[in-house]
Amino acid sequence: MTSATLAGLVGAALVGLGLYGVIADPQLLRKILAFNLIGSGVFLVFGIVARKGAAAGLSADPVPQAMVITGIVVAFAASAIAVALTLRLSEETGATTLPPDALARPPGEGADAE
Amino acid sequence: MSVLLALDIGLAFLVFAVAAWTVFAPGGFAATVGYVVYGLLLSLVWIRLFAVDVALTEAAIGSGVTGVLLIGAAARLRGAEATAREGLTGLTRLFIAGLCLLVAGALAAVVLLLPDEGPTLAPQSMQSLPETGLGNPVTAVLIAYRSFDTMLEKVVLVLAVVGVWSLAADRFWGGGPGEARAERPEPTLAFFAQVLVPIGILVGVHVFWVGADEPGGAFQGGAILAAMWIIVMMARLTEAPQTSAFWLRAALIAGPAVFLAVGVAGAAVAGGYFAYPPGLAKPLILFIETFMTFTIAVTLAMLVAGPPRREPRR
Amino acid sequence: MTFVLEVFSIAAIGAGVLFFLAGTAGLLRFPDALSRLHALTKADNLGLGLIVLGLLPRAESLLDALRLVAIWALVQLAGATAAQLIGRAVRRKGSAA
Repeated sequence: MTSATLAGLVGAALVGLGLYGVIADPQLLRKILAFNLIGSGVFLVFGIVARKGAAAGLSADPVPQAMVITGIVVAFAASAIAVALTLRLSEETGATTLPPDALARPPGEGADAE
Repeated sequence: MSVLLALDIGLAFLVFAVAAWTVFAPGGFAATVGYVVYGLLLSLVWIRLFAVDVALTEAAIGSGVTGVLLIGAAARLRGAEATAREGLTGLTRLFIAGLCLLVAGALAAVVLLLPDEGPTLAPQSMQSLPETGLGNPVTAVLIAYRSFDTMLEKVVLVLAVVGVWSLAADRFWGGGPGEARAERPEPTLAFFAQVLVPIGILVGVHVFWVGADEPGGAFQGGAILAAMWIIVMMARLTEAPQTSAFWLRAALIAGPAVFLAVGVAGAAVAGGYFAYPPGLAKPLILFIETFMTFTIAVTLAMLVAGPPRREPRR
Repeated sequence: MTFVLEVFSIAAIGAGVLFFLAGTAGLLRFPDALSRLHALTKADNLGLGLIVLGLLPRAESLLDALRLVAIWALVQLAGATAAQLIGRAVRRKGSAA
């Protein structure tokens, strides 16, 4: 059980935790937090792949590391847009959750109801 | 059991426990604080994986700048949260938890079934490293071997700023985000900003410059510079610029524009798109990275500041 | 590294860890926000200072040692500012922050 395997297992557990948070929590901000958890869990699995690619005097393969760096920055950009949308929704409707029956309305009724 | 293994197991438990707190904490604010702590602990895990550049990025961007963004949002959403309904029944939650356990189990099986020595690109990276003139292979991958990916990532950041700015109300279009400059800024924050920001700018530029040969680079340095600007804006010693300001928009596209220009010029001069002429590789890389750092700093700060909330001034 | 320096380094780092433990115990056990803040700031500043002191003999050069001291100074600055702001917020909202 090396440190890399431990990190990979923690990454798998984090993906499971984050998935539960995204699905089960109705609050939008908690969904954004859980989405970031999923992201960092996947990056940890990348990390174990990088560590197992240690060769040529390096302790870890640099290509997955570069991908993870790119991923962290893009995940932040996605979180920023998600947070802006959440704040705007809260300003307009005062709610921090999405209306639950938005998808349950039959397609024809939506146009009449507006 | 060696000491390092005990440390690794302890760190793994701690990371998992703090992540579980983030998902199950009673309030949005508590969950966000848990997320910031989780990010810092994750940096330690990255150091144990011998990926120091990733650890720096996770601490600066993953935990730091994202943490500021989320804490600001949690503080503003605090009032509205109290009126939310409960949600799902216990049986549904159990079902969801079972499915998530399956997903986590499948990933864990993949992790455990990985071979001990995997395919790796490390020898090829080290082989071409002297031609690029760099000493840090991760920087070489980002700016030399896979430079097209990095340039597209900068474009993604610009798109994110466009997305955030487009959420402004009509009357605020072209105005500035955040609050106006205060005539009497709060003394504690003002002192903090006045002492820390010059040091922080120095550290940020140093981390960027040193990234060519040692762990560091444009993203980490740019994040530190963005954090310094965010501190000054939080202390209200200055206000966020108007989104219609020309210099702001030029700063936002300077990074990818310069990158694209050098890449296209490579087709004429060096024989291929995004190829560097031999001998000129390191100066060109540092030239691109300078503009990249500047753009990253401005972009990250603007993403945290959010959509415009003040009327535009003529 | 000589034996004396090694013993000093281990003793200082051990004392620093003890201070961090004490601060964490205070964070978990003290009744209200202001006393928890007191425990945290004392423990973090002194604990980190002792750990930095213990790491100084192991530094590779004078520049590395100066960097360690600078890190301690910056953490003190950030910790003091945060403590001031949290204390002010607690006083404004009562103890239920």
